Amino acid sequence: MNYKYFPHTDADLQAMFQKVGIKSLDDLYAEVPEQIRFRGEYQLPEEMSEIEVRQLFDKLGAKNKQLTCFAGAGVYDHYTPSAIPQLLSRSEFLTSYTPYQAEISQGTLHYIFEYQSMMAELTGMDISNASMYDGTTATAEAVMMAVAAGKKQNKVLVSETIDPKTLAVVNTYAHFHGIEIEMIPAKNGVTDLSTLNSQLSPDVAGVLVQQPNFYGIVEDYEGFADACHNQKALFIMNSVAADLAVLMTPGEWGADIAVGDGQSLGIPMQWGGPYVGYMCCTEKLIRKMPGRIVGMTKDNRDQRAFVLTLQAREQHIRRQKATSNICSNQSLMALWATVYMSLMGKQGLKEAAELSYAGAHYLCDELLKTGKFCLVYNQPFFNEFVVRYSGDVDALQKRLTENGIFGGIKLGADKLMFAVTEKRTKEEVDNLVKIAAL
Amino acid sequence: MNNRLYGNLIFELSQEGRSGYSLPKNQFGSYSVPAQLRRKEDAALPECDEMTVVRHYTNLSANNFGVDNGFYPLGSCTMKYNPKINEEVAALPQFAGLHPLQPAETVQGAEEVCQQLCKSLCELTGLYAFTLKPFAGAHGELTGLMVIKKYHESRGDEARKKVIVPDSAHGTNPASAAVCGLEIIEVKSDARGLVDLVDLERLVELEGDSIAAMMMTNPNTLGLFEKQIPEIEKLVHAAGGLMYYDGANLNPMLGAARPGDMGFDVMHINLHKTFSTPHGGGGPGAGPVGVRKGLEPFFPEVSPYHGNFAVAMRALAYIRSLGRENIKLVGPLATLNANYIKESLKDVYELPIDGLCKHEFVFDGLKDKSTGVTTMDVAKRLLDYGYHAPTIYFPLLFHESLMIEPTENESKETIDGFIGVMRKIAEEAKVNPDEVKSAPHLTPIGRVDDVLAAKHPVVTYRQLLAEV
Repeated sequence: MNYKYFPHTDADLQAMFQKVGIKSLDDLYAEVPEQIRFRGEYQLPEEMSEIEVRQLFDKLGAKNKQLTCFAGAGVYDHYTPSAIPQLLSRSEFLTSYTPYQAEISQGTLHYIFEYQSMMAELTGMDISNASMYDGTTATAEAVMMAVAAGKKQNKVLVSETIDPKTLAVVNTYAHFHGIEIEMIPAKNGVTDLSTLNSQLSPDVAGVLVQQPNFYGIVEDYEGFADACHNQKALFIMNSVAADLAVLMTPGEWGADIAVGDGQSLGIPMQWGGPYVGYMCCTEKLIRKMPGRIVGMTKDNRDQRAFVLTLQAREQHIRRQKATSNICSNQSLMALWATVYMSLMGKQGLKEAAELSYAGAHYLCDELLKTGKFCLVYNQPFFNEFVVRYSGDVDALQKRLTENGIFGGIKLGADKLMFAVTEKRTKEEVDNLVKIAAL
Repeated sequence: MNNRLYGNLIFELSQEGRSGYSLPKNQFGSYSVPAQLRRKEDAALPECDEMTVVRHYTNLSANNFGVDNGFYPLGSCTMKYNPKINEEVAALPQFAGLHPLQPAETVQGAEEVCQQLCKSLCELTGLYAFTLKPFAGAHGELTGLMVIKKYHESRGDEARKKVIVPDSAHGTNPASAAVCGLEIIEVKSDARGLVDLVDLERLVELEGDSIAAMMMTNPNTLGLFEKQIPEIEKLVHAAGGLMYYDGANLNPMLGAARPGDMGFDVMHINLHKTFSTPHGGGGPGAGPVGVRKGLEPFFPEVSPYHGNFAVAMRALAYIRSLGRENIKLVGPLATLNANYIKESLKDVYELPIDGLCKHEFVFDGLKDKSTGVTTMDVAKRLLDYGYHAPTIYFPLLFHESLMIEPTENESKETIDGFIGVMRKIAEEAKVNPDEVKSAPHLTPIGRVDDVLAAKHPVVTYRQLLAEV
């Protein structure tokens, strides 16, 4: 054997063989029919030393190009405080599993309780679950939850201003789950209340909107919740978590379910994951909510303790009648978000949001000054906006990439969407504008 | 791990006016979010200095038990060692800093990680193509069932809505099927703990054209290899159904048999089990889905980018580290460890089905039932001795299930220590049952009141404050 992850010595093997009553490792598979036994060699490279593994990934890494990020579309290049990765690398967090044994999992259970508390605060909702995979799947789960919570209603209305990637995942779940999705057409980049009213009917279980929407616009959702509730439909709002430190919250807009991605809470972009999905809702809906939930209780020594609760909703008890097939949470990434919110705190989240807002508005103004860009929507935006470019968008993006800049997301033939976070300096913004003005 | 409860919440350490961050000054001029867009009240987040935050989470971690603390024989979860080099490569800034929508020519290394991993997974499973999009095992199951449903739909075979699962299946199987708009029908287990072929024949005959798939783990949740898999596969395929392999129990098959060769068409892999990525207190994991040739056009859009990419990086680092010569020892050594424990304890714990197990096995509680000591009590007493408990009360086939999975990384000394303690607990159950029934005694907290938590849910700090 003699491999670093296998502790078995020859003497160990012999003693264990004897106890089990076998002569070789091969005997352990005596019952496996020979026709399906794998006898060959895997066509894989040979063992690599740690030095070689490092070299392999360094080489692969060198094939990537680090760009100064001016793109968003749901994933943002936010600042990560140094303490977070160091705390998260603690083995007791990293190498544990779901806190089934509360007596030796209070670390995990405490931080999940903190996470739930912070997400409820951020979204202005009553309660939160213990987290979900990401924003898109959390949104799909919210759509299924709305249908399950309603009675015989099987349709969900979705605003056209939602992120198309979220919509794609929602559509996948809806197709297989037998939910009808109907789009609410957008007007000038925002969802229109009178259009929604004309589409609401008794068979609508939920209405899904995004804030800020896909184009970065902060929409006016006044009256939406009432319209939904008049038709017994749930109002679901998807938001970028960090933006809610400043913006009107889903709770203030009267949402029944708030969902979205928590990547903006200091989690690295890491090419798409892992991130963390959040789901919050009103107290009334707690027993309809999918996913794990941690609650407070007492132990038999009369100490305050935390524990997984309301498990009667979940798959390992309810099996096919469960509210969802989700059987864990995105714990470590929830911890990431929790430590982020603890460090940044009440003021820091607001300050980062204000910096992002200021940077984006400065960039927008400077681009307009070049005379080559114009704003596509005359709407308030947060840290992301869409402009029309009078030149060749592909050529511009290529030029920016060559200069080490990820210059926005292309939307249609002549439009670009830029995003700015607190990480971008004035120098970087000015450099982008200079290249874009050429 | 520290056996004294730390117990604070970060909110309880907060003082108005403290801060734990530093940000650059605004260089962009007087832009500010207008009042009409703003929330009315600030979120009541904590206000703490940096060291207070660092101490808080460090102290919380000390009330937690992970694989790095000690033996974690949690059945069905494959709590193997999480190599440190994997963490190092996953954090490399050349990957961690990539936006998922960056131009293709700037992410060639990341693309190659995915390609190399998929190719390796194909080789190890005997399947043709993998998607890395699913975020977790349950997400993989759902994705795989979607592939199957789409396949049948593409052939105009819309009536195939039923999925056969053994009565010993993981609870996620039926839940995933329900989310996918499919129905579950259960096939019985026989006295040997294997799929009852007679019952399966009956079901296949009865349901025929409505069968979409059969979903199985192999070895099953009792840790037993379904040796009739060639017959099962023929029956299901002849009826027009596909075979789904739940990769939860793939670990013992490394080096022994491949799902593709067993006749499975679709499977998911839990990278956080078989391929050593950390469980992270419940996630993030990853659940790549593999298919036989011809099914890859049916991969659905279940996530926007490349799944949990940083988890995939760890899995590739693991596969490359072991290489072909060591990876084939994973299954046999895990299986040896499990059988060794089983044989060493079956005189004091009830082994309902004797014979070779694979990576795990199930006891039906203590052999001597007269003491009143339950599986729950044994599990809690193990915590006092510094072990994580096995999986308890699953599978549902037995009343006192105690499911033990040691993994290939555990040494004979560790396992002997565990066996010694398990025997000691069996002895305690006879001479001092109350000591076992009231366990744990040495952990930060004692047994908790689950009923109180569920009857009157307090799930946020705001609700907690309203209590006092």
